[in-house]
Amino acid sequence: MNQKKYPAIALHRARILFVATVLTASAFLLGLPQAVNAQMRVDVTGVGSTQVPIAIAKFTGDANASTLVSETIKRNLSRIGNFKLVDGLAPTGDNDGLDYAGWRAKSVDALVVGSVNRLANGRVDVRFRLGDTLKSLVIESQSLVSSEGDLRFTAHRISDLIFEKLTGQKGIFSTRIAFISKEGTRYRLNVSDWDAENIQTALNSTEPILSPAWSPSGTQLAYVSFENKKPVVYVQNIYNQQRKAVANFKGSNSAPAWSPDGLSLAVTLTRDGPSQIYIVGVDGNGLRRITQGNAIDTEPVFAPDGKSIFFTSDRGGSPQIYRVSSQGGEPTRVTFNGNYNVSPRIGPDGRRLAYVTRREAKYSIAVRELGRDGAAGDQIITETGRDESPSFAPNGQWILYAARSGGKDELRFVSIDGRTKLRISSSNTEVREPAWGPFPK
Amino acid sequence: MKKNFSVYDSSFKVISTLTLALALTACGSSVKLEEAGAPIVKSGSTSGPTSGASGAQTGSTSNPGDRTVQTVTVSPEASNDLNNPLSKRSIFFDYDSFEIRSEFRTVIEAHAKYLLANKTKRVAIYGNTDERGSREYNLALGQKRSEAVRRALSALGVNEGQTEAISYGEEKPRNTGADETAQAENRRADLEYSK
Repeated sequence: MNQKKYPAIALHRARILFVATVLTASAFLLGLPQAVNAQMRVDVTGVGSTQVPIAIAKFTGDANASTLVSETIKRNLSRIGNFKLVDGLAPTGDNDGLDYAGWRAKSVDALVVGSVNRLANGRVDVRFRLGDTLKSLVIESQSLVSSEGDLRFTAHRISDLIFEKLTGQKGIFSTRIAFISKEGTRYRLNVSDWDAENIQTALNSTEPILSPAWSPSGTQLAYVSFENKKPVVYVQNIYNQQRKAVANFKGSNSAPAWSPDGLSLAVTLTRDGPSQIYIVGVDGNGLRRITQGNAIDTEPVFAPDGKSIFFTSDRGGSPQIYRVSSQGGEPTRVTFNGNYNVSPRIGPDGRRLAYVTRREAKYSIAVRELGRDGAAGDQIITETGRDESPSFAPNGQWILYAARSGGKDELRFVSIDGRTKLRISSSNTEVREPAWGPFPK
Repeated sequence: MKKNFSVYDSSFKVISTLTLALALTACGSSVKLEEAGAPIVKSGSTSGPTSGASGAQTGSTSNPGDRTVQTVTVSPEASNDLNNPLSKRSIFFDYDSFEIRSEFRTVIEAHAKYLLANKTKRVAIYGNTDERGSREYNLALGQKRSEAVRRALSALGVNEGQTEAISYGEEKPRNTGADETAQAENRRADLEYSK
């Protein structure tokens, strides 16, 4: 077995490329037949400030499987702006040496080779090696055994291992996203791989679905469904179809957000009149009210430590973002710039706020640092003018959001520095309300 | 009043303007339009923000000397819209506003009167918004509109147990157009009685 593990090293030699041109790559992806009957198109624009030159060989072994694995890895790494793919590395056996010097001479920092082998029990063994041309060393190598159907997930895991080794950050390729699609009057709550491939439907309805939110474990989704002619908050296990209405009070029930321990949800209810924030157990018990007022309080989201809740309120006359203790109490205002700042999301390290801001009639995603003395400036990182529903990648390096372009709803990704963008669109389906899931357990 | 002039046929819900003109010009009121639930709408113009309670509009232009029969087409929905408080009703709002405009006071009063007289009836009020901005925030804005209508009914004495304010936010636009006229149609609250 080839399961050597090497200590993590920082890539101290990543070449800084001054990129003046815009890289554009496109690929057409097909969803699975049981899912959205949509052809998703992915477009990439922009590159990161640092790009690692990397050569990835086609894996040896079973033709279809090895193509799927190596092409998925290439596609993943080429889409996120941190890597520059270099062609020409030939398929290499697990025991064959790597030509470090030759590739170093071509200014390539990293080499990826691997193999795909079918085992006697029908499972598939995928092995890979990641070589560092400067050190002339294999810095990561693993064997991952999975079923045939999970090969794409295996390729995502290998992409994560490569990404992590070369950038020092956790990769997001093996995470999943949830989003709502609308085709005619058909609404679906979908779960897919991070790149909107491998789409599977968790809920299919003729009435609107809103605000999907992943449980910290990644096994459940909370969402708002209008199937009973009013907004009701449900929690559904995406693997066994079990679901429960956890907030179905008089009036409207909406905006679910999971507590970091996965035991309760912050929700917006109107049972007492105005839209106010409450916390309710995942079992629907233990309701308690958090905010007290007659203005709109909605879109709650927990800080990663669970101690405070950020939310949107128009208590000051215009919608702004506030923060309140998750025990309740007096909220403090967080945003001041402009007269429409809504949909707060907190990055996984708790230090960054993303939200939707309206400036000169354009709705954009803005990010800013939290917890600094004085108001650190916000940065607008999107540009369609109709951007909404931001969602942090679990590594905090990307934001997934919904945009409206050409009269249709589509999904987009933007790196936290605003430099790299991915656009996922479909010709016949509206896609919206994205939510980025947690790292797989 | 000669009964045979009245050709109102309740099963087809069709009434000619000739009949209407005669009915309107007749003294007395053996044909009581409202009580009969007779729906009177010009072809192709049924619903709208202003739910005119008067049925006089269709017959007013007919000339007694002209023998051309003018057709009035009605539908059950139109019938409800004009005269039946159990039907859907819409109250429209200004941009970014939750105040009930004075022109809708009579609509609210009619519903309050009906609910006061029928204590077992329940009505749901659905608030709606245009499509600009956050979906969840729009849900809360729509709620402000339905809540304004609910409170207006309560102020007129309607039992709170008979009303429920709900929001559809921007999810159920009546008009999907992007221009201001279309968006104005979506800034509204609808009253819907439970069956």
